[in-house]
Amino acid sequence: MSKKLIIYIILTVGTILSLLPFYWMIATSLKTPIEAVQFPPTWYPTHPRPENYTEAWRTAPFGRYFLNTVFIALTTLVGVIITSALAAYAFARMEFRGREVIFTLFLGMMMVPMPVYIVPGYLILASFKWVDTYYALIIPWMVNVFSIFLLRQHFRIIPKALYDAATVDGCSELGFLWKIAMPLSKPAIATISIFSLLASWNSFIWPLVMTNRDTIRPVQVGLAYFIQEQSTNYTLLSAASTFVILPVVILFFFFQRQIIESHMKSGIKE
Amino acid sequence: MEKRNSFIRPILYLLPTIIIIAVFRLLPILYVMRVSLHKWGMGGAERFVGFGNYLRAFSDSYFWQSLTNTIWYVIFIVPLCIFFSLLIALLLNSKIRALGFYRTTFFLPVVTSIVAISMIWKWVYHPKIGLANYILTLLHIPPQSWLSEWRGIFEIMTGRDLPNLLSGPSLALLSIIIMMIWKSIGYNMVIFLAGLQNIPHHYYEAAQVDGAGRFAVFKNITWPLLSSTTFYVLIMTTIISFQVFAPVWLMTGPPAGGPLGTTNVLVYYLYDVAFNYSSYGYASALSMILFLIILTLTIVQRRVVERRVYYE
Repeated sequence: MSKKLIIYIILTVGTILSLLPFYWMIATSLKTPIEAVQFPPTWYPTHPRPENYTEAWRTAPFGRYFLNTVFIALTTLVGVIITSALAAYAFARMEFRGREVIFTLFLGMMMVPMPVYIVPGYLILASFKWVDTYYALIIPWMVNVFSIFLLRQHFRIIPKALYDAATVDGCSELGFLWKIAMPLSKPAIATISIFSLLASWNSFIWPLVMTNRDTIRPVQVGLAYFIQEQSTNYTLLSAASTFVILPVVILFFFFQRQIIESHMKSGIKE
Repeated sequence: MEKRNSFIRPILYLLPTIIIIAVFRLLPILYVMRVSLHKWGMGGAERFVGFGNYLRAFSDSYFWQSLTNTIWYVIFIVPLCIFFSLLIALLLNSKIRALGFYRTTFFLPVVTSIVAISMIWKWVYHPKIGLANYILTLLHIPPQSWLSEWRGIFEIMTGRDLPNLLSGPSLALLSIIIMMIWKSIGYNMVIFLAGLQNIPHHYYEAAQVDGAGRFAVFKNITWPLLSSTTFYVLIMTTIISFQVFAPVWLMTGPPAGGPLGTTNVLVYYLYDVAFNYSSYGYASALSMILFLIILTLTIVQRRVVERRVYYE
């Protein structure tokens, strides 16, 4: 089976190329400053120096950056779930005039590319005095049209009999949404949460524009300025980059099936 | 009573979404149009200039350079990305072992942050002690200056001076392109895999009966039946690539925009104009130009998808 062998060889080379930069980052993060700048470089650290991690952590307020990002990511997620659940419920289970028009308008907003928002967004938020506040980093992202779309699909297939039974038992509309419709849509909520957390964790251009103070900066912007300031200190830069991507990598390894399959589905839809 | 309720209730449910979309999506679009028609500085509108800011773009050589760089970026990244991600998807789809392992490793760069990734690659591309040049020397290829090389790649390859448009993207821009291909292969691969799994098996079985070779199967079955997926990847990659910003900010410079502005791309340029020069009016006009380019691509995509003849 020489054909199979060729396939495995190509895939293995691809895997090595995929992982090599990560390996190089971790290797550099454990080298001494002198070993890191040797040429030809060493393939692995000869005298591992884990102190690079504590040093990087202390050189910039990374604890603060992490807290900021966790806070922003979680509040944004709660906001996204609440707004999407309510809106999706209205679109899926209520009859009203203009329903399709409003929904199409929402979908249309998805066509506007993100960079178009940075200049007007900055000017508007500046007039609210929101620049350098958490509001600027959270509230504009508490709505996600894709999430509304996804939940609407789930709410639509809930049988009407279930709703009738619940209301006979004295369940209110909101109660039905919260206690019955939402638990039945767990896969959609998992997908929404994964996308929302990943987006918050990795978001860069928006917080770059909206923050000037260190105390408010999320981790990506903090890391970006750290990289600028420590421009040649590659051992510290590698250590900092490693701990910044670590939470996402852990999340990815635990939920890789869901993450990859959600991306697959998001590609197929429309 | 019943009637009133039936209208008020959905509006209440939609209210949070409507408010946020109105204030943070719709208003900015109207606002950016308005600002683009003014000379607009730190203190707000200074004077109405009509289409002056748009005309300014047409005679601004930095704008043309950023547009050309962006187009080079798109022209290189889209076909290469499709080629590699389709190749890997096809290999993964051929009943191999450890599919999950390969899928996960190729996808890893997709979920990791652009900031950290740009840092690693900048280090790999280091002109003196970087890993990239070390590997080149092992292969007996002369070392390159990567991110600080402003010469066009066709110039480097032919060793001749070429007119501007023929010299191609600078090696600095190509370095960014290589990194971004590396980062996005996993995403497109997954979409191709989904597309491949949607192709009904009986086509392949029929081909096997006819004794068709691998290439003939690909050319006559896989490629045509995959065309809607390929088209989706093509348009989405184009749309996303037009918005490239972070690697330019993170990897080239100072000043960012790279050696002699050869990595200055559209979004970086509008960011620069707005936040380093406080020229919000002009930056808004540039935002509108970007918007129109992407809107056109989106409309083309919708049209083609609507007209598409679906097999099966």
